Amino acid sequence: MDLTLRIWRQASAESKGQFVDYQVQNISADASFLEMLDILNESLVMKGEEPVAFDHDCREGICGACSLYINGRPHGPDRGITTCQMHMRNFKDGETIVIEPWRAKPFPVIKDLMVDRTAFDEIIQAGGFITVRTGGTLPDANALPIPRAAAEDAMDAASCIGCGACVAACKNASAMLFVAAKVSQFALLPQGRPEARERVQNMVAKMDELGFGNCTNTYACEAECPKEISVSHIARMNREFFGAKLSAPLKKE
Amino acid sequence: MAKLDAKIPKGPLAEKWNNYKVQQNLVNPANKRKLDIIVVGTGLAGAAAAASLGEMGFNVKIFGIHDSPRRAHSIAAQGGINAAKNYTNDGDSVHRLYNDTIKGGDYRSREANVYRLAEVSNSIIDQCVAQGVPFAREYGGLLDNRSFGGAQVSRTFYARGQTGQQLLLGAYSALSKEINKGSVKMYTRRDMMDLVVVDGRARGVIMRNLVTGALERYFAHAVVIATGGYGNVFFLSTNAMASNGSVAWKTYKKGAFFGNPSFTQIHPTCIPVHGDYQSKLTLMSESLRNDGRIWVPRKKEDAEKIQRGELKPTSIAEEDRDYYLERRYPAFGNLVPRDVASRAAKERCDAGFGVGSTGLAVYLDFADAIKRLGRHVIEARYGNLFQMYEKIVDENPYETPMMIYPAVHYTMGGIWVDYELQTTIPGLFAAGEANFSDHGANRLGASALMQGLADGYFVLPYTLQNYLADQIGVKPLPTDLPEFDKTERDTQELIDRLMSVNGDQTVDHYHRKLGLIMWDYVGMSRNKEGLEKSIGLIKDLRADFWKNVRIPGKADSMNVELEKALRVVDFLEMGELMARDALMREESCGGHFREEYQTAEGEALRNDKDFSFVAVWEYRGADNEPVLHKEPLVFEFTEVKQRSYK
Repeated sequence: MDLTLRIWRQASAESKGQFVDYQVQNISADASFLEMLDILNESLVMKGEEPVAFDHDCREGICGACSLYINGRPHGPDRGITTCQMHMRNFKDGETIVIEPWRAKPFPVIKDLMVDRTAFDEIIQAGGFITVRTGGTLPDANALPIPRAAAEDAMDAASCIGCGACVAACKNASAMLFVAAKVSQFALLPQGRPEARERVQNMVAKMDELGFGNCTNTYACEAECPKEISVSHIARMNREFFGAKLSAPLKKE
Repeated sequence: MAKLDAKIPKGPLAEKWNNYKVQQNLVNPANKRKLDIIVVGTGLAGAAAAASLGEMGFNVKIFGIHDSPRRAHSIAAQGGINAAKNYTNDGDSVHRLYNDTIKGGDYRSREANVYRLAEVSNSIIDQCVAQGVPFAREYGGLLDNRSFGGAQVSRTFYARGQTGQQLLLGAYSALSKEINKGSVKMYTRRDMMDLVVVDGRARGVIMRNLVTGALERYFAHAVVIATGGYGNVFFLSTNAMASNGSVAWKTYKKGAFFGNPSFTQIHPTCIPVHGDYQSKLTLMSESLRNDGRIWVPRKKEDAEKIQRGELKPTSIAEEDRDYYLERRYPAFGNLVPRDVASRAAKERCDAGFGVGSTGLAVYLDFADAIKRLGRHVIEARYGNLFQMYEKIVDENPYETPMMIYPAVHYTMGGIWVDYELQTTIPGLFAAGEANFSDHGANRLGASALMQGLADGYFVLPYTLQNYLADQIGVKPLPTDLPEFDKTERDTQELIDRLMSVNGDQTVDHYHRKLGLIMWDYVGMSRNKEGLEKSIGLIKDLRADFWKNVRIPGKADSMNVELEKALRVVDFLEMGELMARDALMREESCGGHFREEYQTAEGEALRNDKDFSFVAVWEYRGADNEPVLHKEPLVFEFTEVKQRSYK
């Protein structure tokens, strides 16, 4: 198929960006979306132009690197997949495809379609872990039985790939689904309970500090999440958060 | 020549690691704060090492090429992680895991290292559960297990088809905890360009900041490289796009010896190649072989009709199907090790029984399992893998069998390390897939995650400390030493040279060509004539690259094409060493199959008399041939047998 690509080009974080139109021809329906961009990039290099920069790595939907806003939707028109898992059979011959980076204040553009998602790491560093000693001797793994249903729910939450589609989809650029997925994973497991109160408050405070917006229950995040993580985790996070706030104030060391 | 000393501790096999730990030197807490460690790579081995070392009190700097440590390719491992817990009461033990691993590697790995790996495997599971890794559980709340190739027990722990993701996120959370505490500093979007050696010891690195293009210098008392494998030398592989061999290659050129470079794992269950625009291959987890049965048509005319699209697999009668793994290997059936399964698939396809439009595919069929267990059970076990398959191939694997074919997946070879995971450069350590140490000539499924975490959580914290114990008097070196100047200048010259070629071919053009040479001559089956030919072809391609490659843009800013070019420069050299190593090894073992050396039934034929050694290569400059050293493999505690899965 032949396509027109309207792609956001921006030389660096400081420079002003703009849309540029490109034509690609003879694209196979079986090619992946990123392979289609590879073809475009090879043709640009042959002409001595700089290729379009975009984040990508595993190309099988798990690393969370790819992050394209395609025709107004994070990860494009299909549900439950990342950009790299989308194939050109989802598009029609002659179509114009608009490709943009994630647009959210806490995710500044680095170049073209590449954004800086360090803010997500900072939120995890604020409390997205269980404080156990690394290495050394720990209790036997089977010493603590965990109900299968709780483990499965925790796994649903833990399957978040940290791509940022939830933020990109949200009109408030809220990171609630991302934060809730981690809070919920640990809240559901007995290992996570000892620090549950501190964790949720620290992560929410960091999220606010970094400039992510609030949740107004549009559920756009769930609709666009490539791992289809449920907004019910946001409900659990809110419950954890209010519970923590209502209980006795934490003693600061 | 540096002496190759594996430094294996004395004593019976089961006591070696303990004996080591009893005798190792320690660093007291006040001194730990004064010692700097650099870790390169944020996958299982790197993240686990940085988190452990940070927790112990060392000053750690960790570097990754991605925007976040969580993107490292460990994240994509699907099936599981082995441990000798024997929760399933099927006769497992540390010794059996050891035995399966050393046999699976076709007796080309070091006894003491493999035993230690099996020994610490149980602690890994304890560590991960304590971190909140949501492993699959039984209804009683205890951990569930499944089976992987090369084993007759169920010892594989898993988190759906996303075990690597969950283990990496566990290590990432431990790392995040240390970053929060300030004991570890994380540097994202950095590509290591070279190692800085001062007075014979590893003392720092030159990094390229991928956002600004600037070259940066960092000092440390010791450097750990945990940068994964080099399977992308084949262009098409299951590795991620940024996975590369450059750090291993740069340290090799700085004096670290390279072990068994030709030992490559070709994974039997990948989605077949479908077009020349393809950028990578997708793995379908080995766990699928628990319930899937592999077959091709028994009649060649059926296979041909399928290739032409005139016949559907579901309309082939049971008696006209050849379940060739069950036929050839009744004891292990569909769960033979990866090298055996891959070669068997190639044998059927080469004989004309392959399916799919190219004839280069076999079926992995779940119809029996769905009939036996119900679709919901299969969906619960492999749902995400089936979805992934359907998105790529546009066929529903619940209704029609999957098509699979072998693809490059893992490199057992890597930087040579001793028992302490130290390379031949003092102060330089290598962990995870980047080293050569534990898998011999073939890695068993679910053992890569085990090794990465074993090295990071349970080995380096001891051995690195032992090295640093006599470094406590060394003050941090300033990074304006002549050694730093020269190394940075060398890097700058390489970059300038690349940017100035200004030819008319893309980097991918050369990478793709190299991949084809490697696949045809240094791939699943190799012979003398082909290997000799490949060395010439690679040299020619390298010369062509340096005349005609084109890299647009500037070097002093983000330049994705330059990043690729820097990797392909190294692949173009590395491929040649791989071919040389394969040519030298005149035997077949594990994933290394030399057509000249096979049994009457077509199985790999080892030559223990002449080749029971690790091939250790030393770089002697661009104009000289590398020198081969041999580390003899001594089996004191293991009966070395012809591997049989029949």
